[in-house]
Amino acid sequence: MSEASLGTAFISLLRRDLMLAYRHRAQMLNPLLFFVIVVSLFPLGLDPDPDLLRTIAPGVIWVAALLAAMLSLDSMFRSDFDDGSLEQLLLTPHPLPLLVLAKIVAHWLISGLPLLVLAPVLGMLLNLGSESLFPLLATLALGTPVLSLIGSIGVALTVGLRGGGVLLSLLILPLFIPVLIFAANAVGNAGAGMDITGQLAFLGSLLALAFALAPLATAAALRISLN
Amino acid sequence: MIMSDTPKPAEMNHSSNGSPWIEGVGLALSRNDRYIFTDLNFSLAAGQILQVEGHNGSGKTTMLRILCGLTLPSEGEIRWCGEDIRKNLAEYYAQLAYVGHAPGIKGELTPLENLELARSMSRPRKEADAEQVLERLQLPAYCDDVLCHNLSAGQRRRVALGRLLMLDARLWVLDEPFTALDPGGRKLVEELLSGHAQEGGMAVLTTHHVVNLEGCIVRGLQLGT
Repeated sequence: MSEASLGTAFISLLRRDLMLAYRHRAQMLNPLLFFVIVVSLFPLGLDPDPDLLRTIAPGVIWVAALLAAMLSLDSMFRSDFDDGSLEQLLLTPHPLPLLVLAKIVAHWLISGLPLLVLAPVLGMLLNLGSESLFPLLATLALGTPVLSLIGSIGVALTVGLRGGGVLLSLLILPLFIPVLIFAANAVGNAGAGMDITGQLAFLGSLLALAFALAPLATAAALRISLN
Repeated sequence: MIMSDTPKPAEMNHSSNGSPWIEGVGLALSRNDRYIFTDLNFSLAAGQILQVEGHNGSGKTTMLRILCGLTLPSEGEIRWCGEDIRKNLAEYYAQLAYVGHAPGIKGELTPLENLELARSMSRPRKEADAEQVLERLQLPAYCDDVLCHNLSAGQRRRVALGRLLMLDARLWVLDEPFTALDPGGRKLVEELLSGHAQEGGMAVLTTHHVVNLEGCIVRGLQLGT
């Protein structure tokens, strides 16, 4: 068969999503702007005491990252669902979980990776010590892909529903909580000079688990949603 | 609910000499505890075209989605080469091109980018060239670099139909392919369909238009009368 290879399909889909995001720059910047605004409002709303800010910094940055991820999730399959591209995606001869993975990777590159770039700056704004910067980046690097992966299951389940946004939050927020707890705890502990290998290992194993299983679940959920 | 599989023109005796074919066996669909159709049977041999007819809401689109494996029928199955399509979806999908109600093209991409994407996602024709396909679809040359959401509905429909020419698919499933097309466009689709059938391809389509396909075996499938 002269079938286009799976690799070609994966790369084309990834490139397509990145190109669409680039042509929709304003929409793509929304969650990032939200992330920056939420974090930078805290010092204004609270007592601007450097010690207090340093204490709350890990939690604030991680909660903002989590909410920014939630904000960007809905767009993962929405436009594809509306214009029929999702049907076409289901009708290719390639394994759907891998095509879904291409979309998840694109989503992370668009909405997760920029958080890693912005986080150190926001960390400094909240007086986060230099010893916490690496742990902050490490937890974001391990944690934000988990948010995209787990989130994709929820989005796939709710994409066919009108007003699925609220349901989406209810579905996936509980699954995001472990990431939040371990990541914020790791950054806080690092600031206090404690070992954070355990938390990082936990986040890493969550990532491995989500990477292996989420695309399968998302593919199944998409088939149900389009039924 | 009545379903019939009535041969239309007289050329029905044309045999398929064992080439790939598709059949629907005992299909039934229920929605909200009401059967939209039951015990629906049809089969299609190489070079044949099946026109699904029925009033609005008789389940034509759902019937096509069942044929594509997107919707599960309440009863029955679709067979490709005598085997349930769900047993080997990948092989079936390599032979299938679907142009649905929603065009399945991205508004933020140009027609060329859309067709190139279609090519890389499935089994392309060897000689498929996106620019030539757009020319064949009589899309003005300036459209090549225009984003699809700036095109007219008819032009977008043409881009969507371009997928048929990019892919090496044996079975075309077309949901109202004539919608939004001008008379020239309708004639073009008829030409594409008869060309496809003469090459031994098959097509299943829904339309309210009178289709004029010379030299083709067109069968009718009546839903919900």
